[in-house]
Amino acid sequence: MSKNPEFVKFDKVDKSYDGKVLVVKDLQLDIAEGEFITMLGPSGSGKTTCLMMLAGFETPTHGEILLDGNIISNIPPHKRGIGMVFQNYALFPHMTVYENLAFPLRVRKVEKDEIDKKVDKALSMVSLSGFETRMPAQLSGGQQQRVAVARALVFDPAVVLMDEPLGALDKNLRESMQYEIKHIHESIGVTVVYVTHDQSEALTMSNRIAVFNDGKVQQLSNPAELYEKPVNSFVAEFIGENNTFNGEVVDIAKDKCKVKLANSEILANPISVKSKGEKTTVSLRPERALINPTDKMDNMFSGKIEEVIYHGDHTRVRLNLLGSSEFILKVPNSTSNLELKVNQDINIGWNSIDARALDPK
Amino acid sequence: MSSETKQILTTDGIPLEVSLKKAEKKNKIKAFLLVAPLLLFLIITYVFPIGEMFSRSIDDKMITNMLPKTFKEMEKWDGQELPSEEVFAAFYYDFKVLVEKQEHGKLGQRLNKEKNGFNSITKKLFRQVKRKKIDETISIKEQVMRVHKRWRNVEYWQAIKRTAPPYTMSKYLKGIDMYYAADGSITQVDEDRRIHRILWLRTLEIAFFVTLFCFLMGYPIAHLLATLPMKYSNLLMICVLLPFWTSLLVRTASWMILLQQQGVVNDFFVMIGLVSDDNRPEMMYNKVGTYVAMTQILLPFMVLPLYSVMKTISPSLMRAGKSLGGTPFVAFWKVYFPLTIPGIGAGCLLVFILAIGYYITPALVGGASGTLISNQIAFHMKQTLDWSFASAMGLMLLSGVLVIYWIYNKLVGVDNIKLG
Repeated sequence: MSKNPEFVKFDKVDKSYDGKVLVVKDLQLDIAEGEFITMLGPSGSGKTTCLMMLAGFETPTHGEILLDGNIISNIPPHKRGIGMVFQNYALFPHMTVYENLAFPLRVRKVEKDEIDKKVDKALSMVSLSGFETRMPAQLSGGQQQRVAVARALVFDPAVVLMDEPLGALDKNLRESMQYEIKHIHESIGVTVVYVTHDQSEALTMSNRIAVFNDGKVQQLSNPAELYEKPVNSFVAEFIGENNTFNGEVVDIAKDKCKVKLANSEILANPISVKSKGEKTTVSLRPERALINPTDKMDNMFSGKIEEVIYHGDHTRVRLNLLGSSEFILKVPNSTSNLELKVNQDINIGWNSIDARALDPK
Repeated sequence: MSSETKQILTTDGIPLEVSLKKAEKKNKIKAFLLVAPLLLFLIITYVFPIGEMFSRSIDDKMITNMLPKTFKEMEKWDGQELPSEEVFAAFYYDFKVLVEKQEHGKLGQRLNKEKNGFNSITKKLFRQVKRKKIDETISIKEQVMRVHKRWRNVEYWQAIKRTAPPYTMSKYLKGIDMYYAADGSITQVDEDRRIHRILWLRTLEIAFFVTLFCFLMGYPIAHLLATLPMKYSNLLMICVLLPFWTSLLVRTASWMILLQQQGVVNDFFVMIGLVSDDNRPEMMYNKVGTYVAMTQILLPFMVLPLYSVMKTISPSLMRAGKSLGGTPFVAFWKVYFPLTIPGIGAGCLLVFILAIGYYITPALVGGASGTLISNQIAFHMKQTLDWSFASAMGLMLLSGVLVIYWIYNKLVGVDNIKLG
């Protein structure tokens, strides 16, 4: 079975609600069949609008959306055959779990036996067998969420959309539901478009992540690449933690550049900078800077510890380094732990390849 | 069960239940004192008047008090033949007392309602008594019977006996066009005099259709109110509420201006050529006027409960219905509509109950064919001064409302009502 790499296609889509501000700007996005893609971004970045346009509740102001090669902009939501999981579950409160799941099948005039079979299968998939006669109000938040997932999948849609489905759950439940949804996706191979503002959720679940900001996709790539190789300072800032230095490029080679800070110079990896004299923001992940490194590293500085915060599995150390007192280090808690004390001076080193010189903030 | 379970003691050895009661007693008293003024108000303005109305509606003590001796003697009478000398004598002595108190006229009037012809024969008897023509030493029966031949008719004595009980249901029977016949059985009045039954049916009919019209018009408005953006919905809400804040009388009067034959609506119909100028339809002083005016006046009572329920229905439910493959109609009918039933129930119940007892609007625009039972009650309170009949009808209306409430509770459940 060959997978269609352009199963869902946003083609130059613009969206404006008031005719003044574009909520989505010139969106170009291809989603492959069977892919789990996450739209990640702060609130107001246009990600939910994209989802609503795909579901058919909003129409694009300009451009087309294609599903399996067909333009769907003029097809009403109920004919698109797209399953959707809503933020507040949107279970029908006056129907039992069974009736909720049977609803999409009944409107499709499926036989009674077939409905029973499919509802049964869908419920066992989310491990809620035996809950058929319960009303939604009698279920816990996590159970309601699973019913909503089962309902969106029960009629075998080609695409399932999920609009921050785990937002209302507590942390532990949210994490276990993340794995559960991920496994369901893996076992049935449906295309999932997932919207969230929670980056760890996006990193855990997705094949690819589209980071939205200001109505535009800032970066579309797999989780590892997104974290390791952010292409601009918004993505670097939004995904994970990040130490930044603002400065000016004073020297640039193929894979190295020298950035002049307020009172020192560091070596960095030129990503968005092309020439001397450009302003830049250098981004460095906290775990890439090491204390008293044994290997040779091309950036070596000494700083003073300002604060030590114990986090269980790791310790966060805030340093005063290179004129900034916001430099964060993550030190894993191992048996051979260092003595870290406030006001202590320590040596810090990192490789220039990990310090990405991006667009200035 | 509870007696078998071990009693739990506090650390001081007092049973937990006792200790809990003690702790909560103060709060309970406080709560009671807070509601006490309202309770008192309700008792004075609601429970007491209804009790008063009820006792008035069944009260028939007047004759019972006027003829105490007679009714005592009548207890022994079989009611078939003419009563005995003792009954006649007792009646004569009771009557004499009434003559002294100048209350014999009232007796005649009251008995005349029971049986026609009493008024004249009591007057005749009064003249005899006043002139002291009756000799108390010989048979009083003979002398009374000689006053008028009707005193010899057993039916008149049966009529007196019927008034003996201090309570009567006759006012209630009258309310449904029935009465106690001479032999004491319950009989319908002649067909051409059955006015109350027509009024009851008309009241129910008008209340039903006004409720229906209010629902048909109020549902879309409420839906619009609940879904429009705030700045538009506020404006619309004011449009709905504005008539609510205007005096009922003013609104009814303005309907009179609009609906009369030379009124605005008729002028408009003539202008657009719907009706000819010399053939203007009557839209007032009949049912049409009552329907139009009452529907408009009661509309907010339908819109507000519906709105408050619709406001709580998340728009994502309709979206979910559509995304799962339901057409907009299916999504509405299977998802949205069932969720609004509590609001529909509350709105319909409110409008129906208000409509069934509506007074001022039908009185002003209803004319002869548009008046309701409440207008009849007012008529008896103000014109005939038959307060006991008005009370009886009022209570029948009240119990009708309670029956409707009971049926509603059985069908939908009062717990499901949402008034906002």
